[in-house]
Amino acid sequence: MLDDIIIGQYIEKDSIIHNLDPRTKILVIMFFIMTIFLLGTFKGYFALAILILITILLSKIKPGYMIKSIKPLLFIILFTFFIHLFMTRGGRILWEWKFLRIEEEGLNLGLFMALRLIFLVSYTSLLTLTTSPLQLTDGIERLLNPFKKIGVPAHELAMMMTIALRFIPTLLEETKKIMKAQQARGADFESGNLIKKAKSLIPLLVPLFVSAFRRADELALAMESRCYRGGENRTRMNVLAFARRDYWALSISLFYLLGVGILF
Amino acid sequence: MLIEVSDLEHQYNTDLAPDSYAIKEIDFSIKEGEFIGLIGHTGSGKSTLVQSLNGLISPTGGQVEVSGLDLTETDNLKEIHTKVGLVFQYPEHQLFEETVFKDVAFGPDNLGLEQDEIKKRVKNALEVVNLDYNQFKERSPFRLSGGQQRRVAIAGVLAMKPEILILDEPTAGLDPQMRKELIAAIVDLQEKFSLTIILISHRMEEIAQLSDRVFVLDNGKLSLTGSPIEVFSNYEYLTEIGLGVPEITEVLHRIKAKGLDVNTDVFRVDQAKEEILKVMRG
Repeated sequence: MLDDIIIGQYIEKDSIIHNLDPRTKILVIMFFIMTIFLLGTFKGYFALAILILITILLSKIKPGYMIKSIKPLLFIILFTFFIHLFMTRGGRILWEWKFLRIEEEGLNLGLFMALRLIFLVSYTSLLTLTTSPLQLTDGIERLLNPFKKIGVPAHELAMMMTIALRFIPTLLEETKKIMKAQQARGADFESGNLIKKAKSLIPLLVPLFVSAFRRADELALAMESRCYRGGENRTRMNVLAFARRDYWALSISLFYLLGVGILF
Repeated sequence: MLIEVSDLEHQYNTDLAPDSYAIKEIDFSIKEGEFIGLIGHTGSGKSTLVQSLNGLISPTGGQVEVSGLDLTETDNLKEIHTKVGLVFQYPEHQLFEETVFKDVAFGPDNLGLEQDEIKKRVKNALEVVNLDYNQFKERSPFRLSGGQQRRVAIAGVLAMKPEILILDEPTAGLDPQMRKELIAAIVDLQEKFSLTIILISHRMEEIAQLSDRVFVLDNGKLSLTGSPIEVFSNYEYLTEIGLGVPEITEVLHRIKAKGLDVNTDVFRVDQAKEEILKVMRG
């Protein structure tokens, strides 16, 4: 079950998408997210699906892997779908059984919400799959730089994000280890009703939190002992620079998204 | 035979890396009451092997039988967990309860035992690891020193009353005094309760002095087995795979290489001294 979580994972490959400037990717995703929330027709969503598919193809990442990234959210997606399906009223009545009733609007909205979530998750996980955490933070930091004047701690925010991303796999590994240790002492994480299951998580969560705090402490010390003091006066070895392909990628995606937004 | 392993293999990722095995072609059996030392370089598959022995990971091929129970059948797993106690590396990282008593009682509690029996077991287990029951039972495990925490965690496994105890580098990160105490407690366990013990360690001295038999894992395969004397006579091979031999053995080997015909089959300093003196006196 834990092996399915791939948030924050980076798969090294040599592809057009991998070689883009992280800022390009972040900007495209921001516009993508805006478009997704403004769109309201299936035609438009179809156009977005095409964009996602093209990006996946260009990134050389196996489609199976993308499906894997949606799997952990399947419950939330289905939950949203069914809530909208049964709760939203309007339009023709499609199906009725005792107190349950599905109306046209509900079906539409449910599908929209589910698709929205799937698109969001798959496109954003493409970002982390094709961009190394280091590049990603670099990109975020540079994008936030203009806002420094109004007091946005760009460097600190970026650093926090890198650390969070970096520790996801570590904590998952830790979770597996503690689970095994408690199972060896007869703990049972699978059977029982919901309350029993929740209770059985205590022997897992307490050591996990303890170790997360310990790790945070150790990391802070290690950073300080290497004289880390935020982004002040810090220079970079590799300075990000837009290449021609970035301008192309940026303008093509923006025109496409804009076109989709206007037409549909 | 208490443990029978035949042609055991385990792969972690069958999709992405179908040709890489964590362990492969493992065959051995262990008698009741034996003390086995398991050595191997980092990543040689030691942890995978011991986890297969108590059913935490199910083998992708081969057979594991523990006192007649087949480990590949999932119905047996709970029984296996109680028969085979596994102390992981840095076991203090699994502590979670408010008091030492509750934490040690977690295992027996999961077995569904009576309160009296649980109390008895906790008391015994704490005594074995040299912690005073009355002094420690109400204290928070998180406020103890590192060495005490580790002993509490080990007591948590002992309270399950396993027939086989597997210890994965139990002395890593302990100071010399605590290491000595812990080793003494382990020896005690084997002598008093005739437990079968499998010890993983990178300290060749511990392995040489404690084990009846030594297993050497190299790249997922069992490359050497035998008594400590037999295994540690392969001085060159062990150094080549990054393991080495006990310091005292190395000293004796070097003395022998210089032309003094000493017996290289001892693992304790006092014995080595006797051997050298014997040869010197002629």
